[in-house]
Amino acid sequence: MARETMEYDVVIVGAGPAGLTTAIKLKQLDPNLNVCILEKGAEVGAHILSGNVFETKALDELIPNWKNEGAPVKTKVSKEKFLFLGKNSSLSWPTWLLPSVQKNHKNYIISLANLCRWLAEHAEKLGVEIFPGFPASEVLYNDDGSVKGVATLDMGLDKEGNKKDTYQEGMELHAKVTVFSEGCRGHLGKQLIKKFNLDEGKNPQQYGIGLKEIWEVSEEQHQEGLVMHTAGWPLDSKTYGGSFIYHAENRQIYLGYVIGLDYQNPYLSPFDEFQRFKTHPSIRKMFEGGKRISFGARALIEGGIQSLPKMYMPRALLIGCDAGTLNMPKIKGSHTAMKSGLVAAEAIVENIKNKTDLSIYEKKFKESWAYKELYTARNVKPSFSWGLILGIIFTGIDQILFRGRMPFTLKHKHADHEALKPASQMPKIEYPKPDGKLTFDKTSSVYLTGTNHAENQPVHLRLKDPNLPINYTLKEYDEPAQRYCPVGVYEIQKEKFVINSQNCIHCKTCDIKEPSQNITWVAPEGGGGPKYGNM
Amino acid sequence: MKILVAVKRVIDYNVQIRVKEDGSGVHTDNVKMSTNPPDDNAVEETVKLKESGKVKEIVAISIGEDKAQESIRKALAVGADKGIHVKADSYIEPLGIAKILKKIVEKEKPDMVFLGKQAIDDDCNQTGQMLGSMLNWPQATFSSKLNIKEKSLEVVREIDEGLETLEINLPAIVTCDLRLNEPRFASLPNIMKAKKKPMELLNAKDMGVDLKNRIEQLKVEEPPKRKAGIKVTSVAELVSKLKNEAKVI
Repeated sequence: MARETMEYDVVIVGAGPAGLTTAIKLKQLDPNLNVCILEKGAEVGAHILSGNVFETKALDELIPNWKNEGAPVKTKVSKEKFLFLGKNSSLSWPTWLLPSVQKNHKNYIISLANLCRWLAEHAEKLGVEIFPGFPASEVLYNDDGSVKGVATLDMGLDKEGNKKDTYQEGMELHAKVTVFSEGCRGHLGKQLIKKFNLDEGKNPQQYGIGLKEIWEVSEEQHQEGLVMHTAGWPLDSKTYGGSFIYHAENRQIYLGYVIGLDYQNPYLSPFDEFQRFKTHPSIRKMFEGGKRISFGARALIEGGIQSLPKMYMPRALLIGCDAGTLNMPKIKGSHTAMKSGLVAAEAIVENIKNKTDLSIYEKKFKESWAYKELYTARNVKPSFSWGLILGIIFTGIDQILFRGRMPFTLKHKHADHEALKPASQMPKIEYPKPDGKLTFDKTSSVYLTGTNHAENQPVHLRLKDPNLPINYTLKEYDEPAQRYCPVGVYEIQKEKFVINSQNCIHCKTCDIKEPSQNITWVAPEGGGGPKYGNM
Repeated sequence: MKILVAVKRVIDYNVQIRVKEDGSGVHTDNVKMSTNPPDDNAVEETVKLKESGKVKEIVAISIGEDKAQESIRKALAVGADKGIHVKADSYIEPLGIAKILKKIVEKEKPDMVFLGKQAIDDDCNQTGQMLGSMLNWPQATFSSKLNIKEKSLEVVREIDEGLETLEINLPAIVTCDLRLNEPRFASLPNIMKAKKKPMELLNAKDMGVDLKNRIEQLKVEEPPKRKAGIKVTSVAELVSKLKNEAKVI
């Protein structure tokens, strides 16, 4: 029997900064368009996690009077610091020696989740229909192979996939144009990239995992508007990563750590590196006596334009980090994601009105300021594959002397899941025990995310080969899923591979880093996952 | 028959509650809110009764700030016919809520009022009982099974000793336990249709009842942190520790 169907002009998958920007811009250009957004989180913002030091360029274009409309963009960056950390030492890098992409004096410290909530209210006032708690789980195609829309997930199935009393069939949403804005490693975006060969001729995509905590500290420890980054310890010089420390309003500090998922040592645990980082003498004093109030993690794009896939296909677009528009050296993606949403809306309106080909979206994006800055940023991340020191020297020359205009483009050679070396060749890492005050274990951390998945539903972390973790990955790599998952979803118990999928916070790291690509993340029942507040 | 069902918007049960530093309450800014879980059971039961043909109309009511309408819309999306939002910008104690509900009952003349057994934010467990007393209607609290008859209601209640079965005359008050049913999901088309269902807007100030709060809240604080447990090697040791150290047996 055919599923129930709803028809729209435009269906958008994911209510993040890119998707919401597209929706708002569409309604500004043509108020008569029927636009809806599907969002897997229980509410808009629940699955949004970001640093975030925000560049307002795209927001200025979308809603020029955002200041008077009460946008939650208030804390202006007032001071910047950059530290190189050794085990017990720290070297402050003069800010005038920082490449201009890393200067933030015009930017704001924000909660991206709150900005998305505000954008969603704005979108709803313009008549956009937003459906939180409804994950898109399937791409639908027309007979000619073009994208027809998406279907929402069947709800009320038990573990084995049998219908419970509450069973409700998913429904189809058909659209003239479907926009995919699921964020980094979107599970439908991934399928589309494969089906339409969108990454043909591109370098493999590069990812990182970002972990974040929000702390409440004393008046003395707080300096509203201070933005600080660090590189170096506790990571070795072959591992790409660093921290961010942003002093937001209300005596809160947004503290986070990003690690490139091209790390080699299967014993590395991003979560524990983050915890260990806080014990550095110059970091510890910033948080001692304070209180951790939030925790979360999310994968992010690091590949830049070398890995940016073709962003359009018949009757559908990839925008934001579902395509991969983050600017890595700038450590910012919200403004470029929003810009891709702006040009996507323009292209869609032209497509619907004048039947203009959707390829103009990519053309417009490539002519925009967003692409120009991604172009000049392109060589930074690959240069760090030579190690931290060479990476810094090259980046200094490339970014300060040449401003990103060197006449060549470095390549990303491997996908992240190919980067792991066998456990037998790599040193074990002993992480210090958490003290429960400054450093924490995964259990108490996952509790803070508010994540939950209704019991007795199909497991949303699927194994292609259920025996592989024990028969191969455990032997060869000491099953790194136990460590790369920031909330302990994967455990080896008595030679059994256990998946605690109810703890999943939808960061997508397993889908990216599993060495044999054996784990596939699919959308769980609506409303599942974290309940982030001010992330 | 007509049912009035009351729903309350509370902090979502998955959210880790954060107490304000000055002890004046808990943080609610940008915190995920949803309908009080036992209220979802109450709504589900009324919809089931309607589906069985025994009930004609369901009216869903919520008292609170503007966003309380989200909980009403959700009830409308799963099957309620009409909503009433009584706007109130500050906290009203169960007594005040019961008084407002009484006024609504006098106007709407339902045969039954369904409520959740208690709200997960203040855990008062009072509103249903107070309303029953004010209306002088029979009440069945903590109900986990219902059987509707001609002029009465057979209710199984969850009590400390087990289960208790009552038969009460209509009109009546029913407060619902989580075990009563499993609430359904709202479907997308029904969420759309719910936007077009009627919603009456009233203001608590204009209800002509005394809403003055009687209880003074002194302080809100976090429960003490749980201490790490210990492992015992034998049953004898466990019993001895329970007896001599914990002094609970």
